[in-house]
Amino acid sequence: MNEGEIFGLLGPNGAGKTTTVGMLTTRVIPTEGWARVRGVDVVAQPTIAKQLIGVVSQSNTLDRSVNVWENLYFHGRYFGMNAREAHTRADESLELFRLTERAHADVATLSGGMAQRLMVARAIMHRPQVLFLDEPTAGLDPQSRLALWAILGELNDSGQTILLTTHYMEEAEQLCRRVAIMDHGRLLALDTTEALKRSIGADTVVTVSSDERLDELARHIEGMEKVTGVHVVDQQVRVALSGSNGILPRIIGYAEDGGFRVTDLSVAEPTLEMVFITLTGKDLRE
Amino acid sequence: MSPRARALSQVRSPRASSIAAFKALLIRDVRVLGKSVPLFIVRTIMQPLLFAFVFTYVFPKIGQGVGGAEGQEDFSSLLVPGVVAIACIFQGIQAVALPLVTEFSYTREIEDRVMAPLPVWSVAVAKITSGAVQGILAGVVVFPLATFVPATDVVLDVHWIELATLLVLSALVGSSLGLAIGTRAKPHQVPLIFSVIVLPVTFLGATYYPWASLDPIPWLKWAVLVNPLVYMSEGLRTALTPQFPHMPVPVIYAALIGFIALLSWQGIEGFKKRVLA
Repeated sequence: MNEGEIFGLLGPNGAGKTTTVGMLTTRVIPTEGWARVRGVDVVAQPTIAKQLIGVVSQSNTLDRSVNVWENLYFHGRYFGMNAREAHTRADESLELFRLTERAHADVATLSGGMAQRLMVARAIMHRPQVLFLDEPTAGLDPQSRLALWAILGELNDSGQTILLTTHYMEEAEQLCRRVAIMDHGRLLALDTTEALKRSIGADTVVTVSSDERLDELARHIEGMEKVTGVHVVDQQVRVALSGSNGILPRIIGYAEDGGFRVTDLSVAEPTLEMVFITLTGKDLRE
Repeated sequence: MSPRARALSQVRSPRASSIAAFKALLIRDVRVLGKSVPLFIVRTIMQPLLFAFVFTYVFPKIGQGVGGAEGQEDFSSLLVPGVVAIACIFQGIQAVALPLVTEFSYTREIEDRVMAPLPVWSVAVAKITSGAVQGILAGVVVFPLATFVPATDVVLDVHWIELATLLVLSALVGSSLGLAIGTRAKPHQVPLIFSVIVLPVTFLGATYYPWASLDPIPWLKWAVLVNPLVYMSEGLRTALTPQFPHMPVPVIYAALIGFIALLSWQGIEGFKKRVLA
């Protein structure tokens, strides 16, 4: 990872994203190989590595025995701040993350979005070199998700290096400049989002809906000119192709010539989702 | 959000970082205890209070004695060290084991403390330490109860050095037992902790009778030696009521230290297994 970037680790559930983050955050001991954060070997020197990282894990790990403000205060103390410093920083963090009003609330009473904000506030309180977020917006309502994206964007603008894992394509596309795509514990691709999209050799993705025989329709369309990939996803046929001029009538005509009835069509630019489907032959949500 | 100047975090040596984090973990536990003082007192005194009240106040008043009418006075005195020992072992379960079961399962919130910059084993040692502090406090809270509730006179002959050292060791046995249990038990097994561990340990812990008085039941006398509470009760008996028969003092110290080593090792290994993969 480069300093100051937001790096995305993208893959379906069970792809090994959480395990990868676990290794980098000293929680999972690699069976072989090594893991380094900013040059520090996390297996040999976990106590040093932990000082360099901030972690927002998938589940809510706020300390239920103490209130909102104390969650931050004690985090500061764990990381070596003295009482006064931790006090000031806890106040500042609550202000920054718009949680001051809830300072003395029980953490169990926070909404999902607020709990997530508090976890991010806590994770960056000791100014980590790298902030790790594991599926940060899973389970959040759309509004809270947008709010968290804004927060992460601002943190990154101020120089915070961020690694996030996600199985939401939009999230990776929205936030990350570079993305690694994983499946079954293996790294399939690593590049900027633009380069990954170019890598599938298409500039247009057409989604074709039909009532019936989707697999046959997909095979039929594969025979069309300039088509670089066809996949059946979500009861639709995704067609990747280069050159978009007059493409819709051509597809309808081609499909009807083959005896298929097209019920709906839409055109879009290639997305990371298409990259993933091309690499693995399956949908991210599967 | 205002842009922040992100200072390069000042990396401290593992030693300095661990000491600061360890201290902070203890401060956090004290804060949590401070928030629940009434709860702490209730959960600590109810069992010994009722025990002392029924057996050393009600029974003598209604003419029903434990150990015969002339043994009643003895029993009130005998009960004091036993009740203090039970308080230590109860704290281990209530202050260490039960919170850990929750923090490991439903909430996973233990992870925030595991990410603090200190080795994982020292997070477990911090748990033992704060559990032991609570065990000592529990012993101190229970002591006056057992002394002043009984209807008959309680005769104590306090040996302060033994009392101080054996109370600390007893509290450490209690909290390391709590760690060993808390890192192994699943939430649905919590009721079992009480019926399978706490009850047999307390009833067969030489708490309500000196160990030597088990002479008529030799198999039991030897079987209960696997119970750490036996040494805690016997130890506190030498410190508070040495007029009763008790085990040799060096044996008690050796056994308590042995149990602390065994249970802490088991507890720390269990802790590491639960948080590292």
